[in-house]
Amino acid sequence: MSGASLEIRAISGHAGSVPGAGLKREFEVCKLIDTTTCIGCKACEVACLEWNGYSFSETVFNNSYQTMPETSWNYWNLIKFNEHEDKDHGMMLLMRKDQCMHCEDPGCLEACPADGAIVQYVNGIVDFQQEHCIGCGYCMSGCPFNIPKFSPEARKVFKCTLCVDRVTAGLEPACIKSCPTGCLHFGTKPEMKELAEKRAKQLRTQSGFSDAGVYDPSGVAGTHVIYVLHDAKNPELYGGLPANPSIPWTVKLWKHPLKWLGNLAMVGGLVGVAIHYLRFGPKVVKEDEENPEEGGKR
Amino acid sequence: MSDEPVVLPNGRILRYSFHERMIHWIAAISYVYLLLTGLAFWSPWLFWIAVALGGGTISRELHPWAGLIFVFSTVLMYRMWAVQMKEEPADKAWWKATQHYIRNEDESVPPADRFNPGQKILFWGFFWCGILLLLSGLILWFPNWIPWNLHFLRLAAVIIHPAAALLTIGLFIIHVYMGAVLEEGAFAAIVRGYVSRAWAKEHHRLWYDQIVKGASARK
Repeated sequence: MSGASLEIRAISGHAGSVPGAGLKREFEVCKLIDTTTCIGCKACEVACLEWNGYSFSETVFNNSYQTMPETSWNYWNLIKFNEHEDKDHGMMLLMRKDQCMHCEDPGCLEACPADGAIVQYVNGIVDFQQEHCIGCGYCMSGCPFNIPKFSPEARKVFKCTLCVDRVTAGLEPACIKSCPTGCLHFGTKPEMKELAEKRAKQLRTQSGFSDAGVYDPSGVAGTHVIYVLHDAKNPELYGGLPANPSIPWTVKLWKHPLKWLGNLAMVGGLVGVAIHYLRFGPKVVKEDEENPEEGGKR
Repeated sequence: MSDEPVVLPNGRILRYSFHERMIHWIAAISYVYLLLTGLAFWSPWLFWIAVALGGGTISRELHPWAGLIFVFSTVLMYRMWAVQMKEEPADKAWWKATQHYIRNEDESVPPADRFNPGQKILFWGFFWCGILLLLSGLILWFPNWIPWNLHFLRLAAVIIHPAAALLTIGLFIIHVYMGAVLEEGAFAAIVRGYVSRAWAKEHHRLWYDQIVKGASARK
């Protein structure tokens, strides 16, 4: 997808600074998902397919209402259904709309080696540019949420764009538009955060969910998709939402200390052999005194 | 070996057979391609290499196939050289004289067999790093084959692949410098196959003595 008129904050695999950084001010956008009022109708799943032009693809039902086990390259929006026996509230069917979280500190972008294949706009949207994607799948290693998916046909990686094309045109994302219960909201990050906290407080004080809270994980510097959860202490209950997501340490180790150590070692090696040659010169074989006609280098 | 003569009438000695030269250059060419495309993915500042070699997508598609060719040639090298590359107790004395070797004071370095201990390190370094690169590379090759519950494999591969590659780059820089620049006659040996008697005597005395013994026994 292309959000050509949006201000870019970060570019994957890019040498040097971001062109035109700081020219414009933009609101940071945010999607709020209130899992406590979601009814699992899957209207958002259908709206996502419709807007992005994907047809229904073969799927696996796994004794659950869930459409498929995980999001796929052409199915970016998936409600995860999880049965949970709660000691205070009995049997609960936890439903969480899973999609790209649009991290403030995106692991996919950090891991990507291809110049411009992933961009982060100043409004917070992290967007894949398939025309620059080389299909290496490193974004899949960098993401703590298991979101980017490789298409064997296109040999490129795809994920939710937060409907960057709609947002650029001043529209809300397709999933938000389709939601019949109003559990999905879209606005600026501060507004959504305030609304989410208000709802979480209501759940704690009026509905008996003492652990209700907002999911906006600090390990990735916050996300541009936030959740209201009945039990914010156990996000894993909601289809494996990680409690403390962060960019994997091996990706960080590779991109920072190893990169600098490696660059230093490679340049050092080249300089080292050059100095050795200047100081000691070539290893020349001395003429064989016994057989001068045979010996020596030709 | 092959039907190539070991000692030529003019006194030149066969150092590397056609078979050995062929395998060496298959490994060399595939390694250089892997190095260039790998460096392109290593740093945004070097991504232009991938562009120059046909684009990022083509580089990403061909890098693993070149890796298979490299691993295949490494296996062949193992078959033909592993015995001669075995570490010997006598190698310790050679390592003690490393500083003389570095200063080109070769008269103070103990005589070497067909491969000196430095060459053995190069061989085993490439061999073991090659195995690490193969295993991590296979995981990175097929991103959609690793399920989420085996995600740790991908995270391990992400760090093992560049780390092992860096070790080979260190070996590679020294190898190319010594083979093509430092040691006169060495590059000709791996291209044409033959070295002079004096070269063999100077750099691989034990190997040379065996060849001379074998040649005179045949007479």
